[in-house]
Amino acid sequence: MTVTSTQSVTQNPEQTWRGFQPGPWTGRINVRDFIQRNYTPYDGDSSFLAGPTDRTRKLWDTLLPMIAEETAVGVLAVSQEPSGILAHEPGYIDKDLEIIVGLQTDAPLKRAIMPKGGWRVVEAGLKAYGFEPDPQMRKIFTEYCKTHNDGVFDGYTPDIRKCRSSGIITGLPDAYGRGRIIGDYRRPALYGLDFLIDEKLKERTELDERHSTEEIIRLREELSEQVKSLRQMKEMAARYGYDIAKPATSAREAVQWTYFAYLAAIKEQNGAAMSVGRISSFLDIYLERDLRAGTLTESQAQELIDDLVIKFRLVRFLRTPEYNQLFSGDPTWVTEFIGGMGEDGRTLVTKTSFRILNTLYNLGPAPEPNLTVGWSPRLPEGFKQFAAKCSIDTSSIQYMSDDMMRPKFGDDAAIACCVSGMRVGKQMQFFGARINLLKTLLYAVNGGRDEVTGAQIGPSFTPIAGDVLTYDEVLERFDPMLEWLAKTYVNALNIIHYMHDKYCYESVEMALHDRDVLRTLACGIAGLSHTADSLSAMKYATVRPVRDETGLVVDYEVDGEFPRYGNNDDRADDIARMLVSLMMNKIRHYETYRDAVHTQSVLTITSNVVYGKQTGNSPDGRRAGVPFAPGANPSNGADTHGWMAAMLSVAKLPYDDAEDGISLTISVVPTSLGTEIERIERAVNGLDAYFMSNGFHCNLNVLNRETLLDAMENPADYPQLTIRVSGYAVNFVKLTEEQQLDVVNRTFHGPA
Amino acid sequence: MATLAGGRYELHISKSGSAETKRAESYFEIYPSDTEIVEEGEDTVGQLHSIEVGSTVDGPGIRLVLFLTGCPLRCQYCHNPDTWHITNGRQVTLRQIMTKIAKYADVLRISQGGITISGGEPVMQHEFTAQVMHHSKKLGLHTCLDTSGRLGERLSDTELDDIDLNLLDIKSGDPQTYERVTGQPLAPTLAYARRLSDLGRPMWVRFVLVPGLTDDYDNVAKVADICAGLQTLERVEILRFHQLGKDKYHKLGIRYPLEHTLPPGPELTERVRGQFRERGLTVY
Repeated sequence: MTVTSTQSVTQNPEQTWRGFQPGPWTGRINVRDFIQRNYTPYDGDSSFLAGPTDRTRKLWDTLLPMIAEETAVGVLAVSQEPSGILAHEPGYIDKDLEIIVGLQTDAPLKRAIMPKGGWRVVEAGLKAYGFEPDPQMRKIFTEYCKTHNDGVFDGYTPDIRKCRSSGIITGLPDAYGRGRIIGDYRRPALYGLDFLIDEKLKERTELDERHSTEEIIRLREELSEQVKSLRQMKEMAARYGYDIAKPATSAREAVQWTYFAYLAAIKEQNGAAMSVGRISSFLDIYLERDLRAGTLTESQAQELIDDLVIKFRLVRFLRTPEYNQLFSGDPTWVTEFIGGMGEDGRTLVTKTSFRILNTLYNLGPAPEPNLTVGWSPRLPEGFKQFAAKCSIDTSSIQYMSDDMMRPKFGDDAAIACCVSGMRVGKQMQFFGARINLLKTLLYAVNGGRDEVTGAQIGPSFTPIAGDVLTYDEVLERFDPMLEWLAKTYVNALNIIHYMHDKYCYESVEMALHDRDVLRTLACGIAGLSHTADSLSAMKYATVRPVRDETGLVVDYEVDGEFPRYGNNDDRADDIARMLVSLMMNKIRHYETYRDAVHTQSVLTITSNVVYGKQTGNSPDGRRAGVPFAPGANPSNGADTHGWMAAMLSVAKLPYDDAEDGISLTISVVPTSLGTEIERIERAVNGLDAYFMSNGFHCNLNVLNRETLLDAMENPADYPQLTIRVSGYAVNFVKLTEEQQLDVVNRTFHGPA
Repeated sequence: MATLAGGRYELHISKSGSAETKRAESYFEIYPSDTEIVEEGEDTVGQLHSIEVGSTVDGPGIRLVLFLTGCPLRCQYCHNPDTWHITNGRQVTLRQIMTKIAKYADVLRISQGGITISGGEPVMQHEFTAQVMHHSKKLGLHTCLDTSGRLGERLSDTELDDIDLNLLDIKSGDPQTYERVTGQPLAPTLAYARRLSDLGRPMWVRFVLVPGLTDDYDNVAKVADICAGLQTLERVEILRFHQLGKDKYHKLGIRYPLEHTLPPGPELTERVRGQFRERGLTVY
């Protein structure tokens, strides 16, 4: 495709918003209003879609061997220039072939260092992959500049440190970027940078009259930083040959401006999750305009989306091996929310909703971008079928209940990371990882002593004496133990987010938000299924503790049957439900930094493996060291009543007490969906049934266990095999063997 | 280790079932207790092998399937020999089953599915089956009966009204082959099929294709002819023989007649499908 005149710089006001319906959005920043007045719902099928152009194929083929090499060595190249919006010269994959331009550094897959998060982390990351840290950088970030990591450990209490080392609270963002912020990357395309800068200056001026309290001072400073970063974004684009001062005038510009905004964010920050938001139906407005005017063909439209997605697949951050244990497979959570329903009842599915899913075929499957379909049974049939087909063919999609999210977050909501909903541009999350709920239960049994080391970590309550663990007795001790844990947890998070704001502020992402945003404290729990099953064992069977010489309970003997969570049996499911609400209410007791609203998720990412390693034997029969079930999944093998019963159990968990999301991963073998002809329809039926029964989220894998086993043996044969794990998709061959085995050992529903 | 989650592939032998086996000369026989119908108090009682929720291979949509025990046939390819004897099931009351079904009723309706009663031969427990069908209709659910048709005459016309779709196994078209395959005569099944057709009751026909046993051209042609004459036939499903039941025979310690038989290859399967298609039938 040759460069067209639409790339030229001078904008004509009549041209800029020609054909768009005006509304409140023209005077003030209101992207949702623009979308509602201008988008074209699409309720047809996928037959209009175009395949990849030769250019796309060529470009992707250039990248594949680089990506393969990277998988083999871990990290291909690094730049020791501290990352920033203007830190690197423009980089290209192939200047002649790329349509949408912009890389994080000056070369594809080259990773930058982000020392403001913490110098130790940067050093560990560099050394792990064979690079020698620059001594000058070390001097700067250990002697002259304080980092987020330094600040956090200055703030930590002994209790918090004990919890971190014992593995009851792990994976906190004290040594990595917190992420969970989605800039409204659509604003530059719609308004141009000049307008956005003016609006921010106005917001700043509004504060002039306000009295200088701590909060106001901080806000003034943040706004100044935001304005700076917007100016830097403009300069960055200029270096790539684009003037983004004014709004985009064409589809190509809209895609490019949107990508520039996102690129600025990933140059400035390395948050665990750098999600992209809800851009498909927004971009569709521009694509439709050009298609109708005849300045774009379907093939070119698809090509733009393909090129954008290629860029999303190239996002890379330098991480340490410890980080990779928690978040395995190089995830970046470039989560895009697709489809959904509007508040006025029209669907928000557009042709670009199809086009972005189509990249799974045009470029082959991949875990990024993290394609998330906002599902409602009322979605148009054509789209439902296409999404289901993509799942069956690639296992790369996750589904969220749009109907459950919309009352809380509106119809311009997106997902940060995996399952955490928020209103775009108006909300941000203080990421809190998750605590080890199962270990907390075991602490309750052992009076605060760790069941693996014997050390006194929690408050020293009297451990349970006696030969049998009864439900009431254990719960009586579990309650205050959980209270202590919640207090320590919120403490830790307050410290972390205070310091992150102070030393590692996300200027450009927040520049693309309204000034006054809602903040949530995104807590989490891991090990729900095992905790529920353990309590169920105590309630319905007889659990006898086995003590070591010091009196520490290290194992359990269970006599009799007991119901397990995941079989649609209320006796066990009610316990799980109770645990979610119990923890949520404990967290709510403790004041948050910056008045953040308390939320929690039932989501583990791959911390289920990490936590499993750190946790001893439990009453539900789980052996020490064995991974937890991921997210809100029933324990491996506990769900003996099929996938529908498992889904219904999970659907009972209260979203009102888990507003940061509830994650379910389900794997079915293709034949369990019936004959090939019927599979798509059956998958749609299943999704409808789950979401109408209050299911919140579903990672869907449709493949055979044999395929995974073969991929473990012969990874070179499966370079793009994508599988969904808790909350994200991952390239299977990038997981460690331990993590791969964890996935293989999960329940696969259906006959072989 | 994770297991295959799905009721029908698990071996179920109850205490009384295994006791009965020791008394009888051969597992392959039909025991006296297989033909009794038990009633306890006011609630009808059934003998159940297992329940599967979320099946997509037992009728349209996503279904809850009850596998009842007891069957008068002894099909050589049966992958559920633990369903042959009623006593191998566990006792459940009608109320228990309907409570369970009610829990899933919403989900089954939304997913365009319903309930299916299978087994064994569910009409061996004709009273229980008819009642479950009737109460499921009251819940607004779509109902399927997976049957060999051997005992079809036990169901009254009114009871047939409560069955939205019959999944009828026609195990062979040639009477001698049929008896060799199943140990029972073909005629009652044909009569049932015609009766369903005359009454306007919709049905799907299933034919299990076993190389060396049912694959003979004429045998298949006869099944196809029978199908062509059924007015209310919606589709034909060709089920390819598989060996998933082999372990059950070994565990039961009985001889598996098709120990070394392989599943039909694509060519044979297409030939057989073709035989049905050329009579204008919809074949899956």
